[in-house]
Amino acid sequence: MEVTRSRLGPARPAEDFRIRQLRARDMLRGDIPDEELQQYVEERVLTTTLDKAVAWARGNSLFPATFGLACCAIEMMSLPGARLDIARFGFEAFRASPRQADLLILSGRVSIKMAPVVRRIYDQMLEPRWAIAMGACCSSMGVFNNYAIVPADKFMPIDVHVPGCPPRPEALMHGILRLRSKIQGDPPAGWRERYGAEGTEEVLGAADLPGTNAINVFQSGETQRA
Amino acid sequence: MDAVSTPTPTGLSDYRKQEESVTLSSAPATDEGDLDQELMTINMGPHHPSTHGVLRLILTLEGETVRDVKPIIGYVHTGIEKTAEAKAYWKVIPVVERMDYLSYYFNAYAFCGAVEKLLEIDIPPRAQYLRVIHMELNRIMSHLVWLGTSCIDLGAISVWWYCFRERESVLDLFEMSSGQRMHTRYFQVGGVIEDIPRGWVERVRRFTRVMRTRADQYAALLDKNEIVLQRLRHTGVVDEQTLLGLGVTGPLLRAAGNPWDLRKAAPYCSYDHFDFKIPVGTIGDNYDRYRVRHAELYESCDIIDQALDGLPEGPFITEDRKVALPPRHELATSMEALIHHFKLVTEGFRVPPGEVYHPIESPRGELGCFVRSDGSSRPARVHMRDPSFVNLQATAPATRNSYIADLVATLAMLDPVLGGVDR
Amino acid sequence: MPDATGLELIAQDLRASHPDAVLSTKYFRDEATIELAPAALLAAAEALHARGYSFMASCHGLDYYPDEPRLGVHYQLLDMPNVDRICLATRVSTEDPHVPSLCGIWPGANHPEREVFDMLGVVFDGHPDMRRILMPEDYEGHPQRRDFPTGGEPIIFTYNEDKLPGWTQ
Repeated sequence: MEVTRSRLGPARPAEDFRIRQLRARDMLRGDIPDEELQQYVEERVLTTTLDKAVAWARGNSLFPATFGLACCAIEMMSLPGARLDIARFGFEAFRASPRQADLLILSGRVSIKMAPVVRRIYDQMLEPRWAIAMGACCSSMGVFNNYAIVPADKFMPIDVHVPGCPPRPEALMHGILRLRSKIQGDPPAGWRERYGAEGTEEVLGAADLPGTNAINVFQSGETQRA
Repeated sequence: MDAVSTPTPTGLSDYRKQEESVTLSSAPATDEGDLDQELMTINMGPHHPSTHGVLRLILTLEGETVRDVKPIIGYVHTGIEKTAEAKAYWKVIPVVERMDYLSYYFNAYAFCGAVEKLLEIDIPPRAQYLRVIHMELNRIMSHLVWLGTSCIDLGAISVWWYCFRERESVLDLFEMSSGQRMHTRYFQVGGVIEDIPRGWVERVRRFTRVMRTRADQYAALLDKNEIVLQRLRHTGVVDEQTLLGLGVTGPLLRAAGNPWDLRKAAPYCSYDHFDFKIPVGTIGDNYDRYRVRHAELYESCDIIDQALDGLPEGPFITEDRKVALPPRHELATSMEALIHHFKLVTEGFRVPPGEVYHPIESPRGELGCFVRSDGSSRPARVHMRDPSFVNLQATAPATRNSYIADLVATLAMLDPVLGGVDR
Repeated sequence: MPDATGLELIAQDLRASHPDAVLSTKYFRDEATIELAPAALLAAAEALHARGYSFMASCHGLDYYPDEPRLGVHYQLLDMPNVDRICLATRVSTEDPHVPSLCGIWPGANHPEREVFDMLGVVFDGHPDMRRILMPEDYEGHPQRRDFPTGGEPIIFTYNEDKLPGWTQ
């Protein structure tokens, strides 16, 4: 099963939002050919304010996907509980369908049998989407450094890692709030632009290729450009 | 189903082809002759909005009636038993605790009990009582999570908040005694790691008093509730002989009428000092399973109260310095204590070679730990006989020829914890 | 538990009915184990089932590497009315890892035997559904064998981060 991604728009360097704002302001003061300046300023001014507003709204209305794998799931279930009420932040609407969710809280250990399933669910989520690796097992290998576990960074991009085994519900809350400030401060929503990761797409190892290593989930292969 | 097939050099393996096609179940559909409708195979899971974990079910449906259920597990297989072979005995305890993640004290006790059997050491009575108190608190907590998540599956979502409110109190008690809410590493080989702090006993007594009132409230909400009765009464019935043939133990077997409970039948860890009853059902349907587990909440409160009343003084871990760490203050004065401490921390204690199987009663049934030691400081094989792994085989007989809604209710009442199933 | 003499009586009865079945008996820490030849496992299990050990508590396997025969399979049986436990053990080598399946007597042996197959490679003859249960179906290797590597990711420290692939790119 091959997965290739290609960029649709012109390539732009991924930069910090703040830097782009400052650069737009400097360009306004400097000397730039007309059309480029015009286009640059239009894009910047509009996207700056609008993006900020949209980012604020997105950050405050995250819909987590119910994705409990193991012990961390039980601590994640305490989040909407009465003591640490996640509803005061607006995140209590855990959606069962990944199509309706934008935050995947990977809570628990990801085994090699589960990794393609997680990837498929992450792919089914619509952009903008974020992922939190909750607990030690999915951030790194955690307590179990063995053949059966895959760290989540190997097959999907993670925005926030929350350490702990299991992390206290307060720790997970802290992680989600850090994610929220990250969302609100940084408008580019596609994660490849966010991390400057164009050109890093991986080709999945196919089961019909001989010599596919069953132990690794993906074969690292050539990256494909648009 | 085919036997294991290796991928051919040119084509997809049979497993991949099977995964990408819709096939009819290989088992014959019904014994009632013709089918009204065509059989449909539907995949449920491993990600579905029930919080029972990553269980994948392949359902063969005729309309809305389930004709066959095939559970596929392994989605949270962590290789715990393999990891445990590479670690010293006391380092295995945190690894093994994370197996059945709702009954961590039971996992730890099954392992510690097996190692103590091999070592032939005696556990001081205070440690035994403390172990009993923590295990019964864990049983209450596990049943609370079960009740909360099951009621979500049935649609009674408010009960979840009430159960998790009680669960937070239990976790506060665990945090007070050991510092961690879950996976506390409190049980060690020889006893418990630390004595309970001052004030803990009063807080536990307050908790059991409150817990009984709250359990009454749950009963008032659910016991005679029309919807609960309609969904749970006479659904998921399996008779006792089938359950015994399948190796099912725990509340499922007790709901069918068989009063088998290892705490009474083969008492361990001073359970014979306490006076408690075993709730038993009559028909073996989902409603009996719910009532049995709910009644066990009260029995656990009784055991905890009796243990607190009779809590003996004394050491909280065995005095054998070859197995348990010496108390910290001795390290300043005694050379022997220092050497023991050093050997225990770096290498760990050695266990005489042999194989033992230590079964205990966890909230889901018989939890057994098989340990093989080859004389070194690391176990040669640790195997946990997990109750959910065996109880899951009862899914098919319990849900055959019932509706999908009954399947959901039955799964909830079976109480599978996939961490234990997959290890 | 049957005590040591009870265990010997059971072994004697088994030997009487099936001469080559019982290889040895072991009574260790109040637990009784009968070691059987693999071919005689089914008959011995039926005999014990008739004797009252009608509940199968556990089926698990282990690897005795480097002792031969390497792969061991244990069946823990339980007599509920008398609260008696007994263990039937058998050992096979990796060249011929075939053991008769006890699914006919106890349907609950289905999943545990699949797990022993998955983790150790012991094939149970007569099992209705002999395929892997915990690992992915097309996985190669049997993880619980002692010569199977534990695997895992290398832990990155500053002294080895340059040598590990893909880290400092």
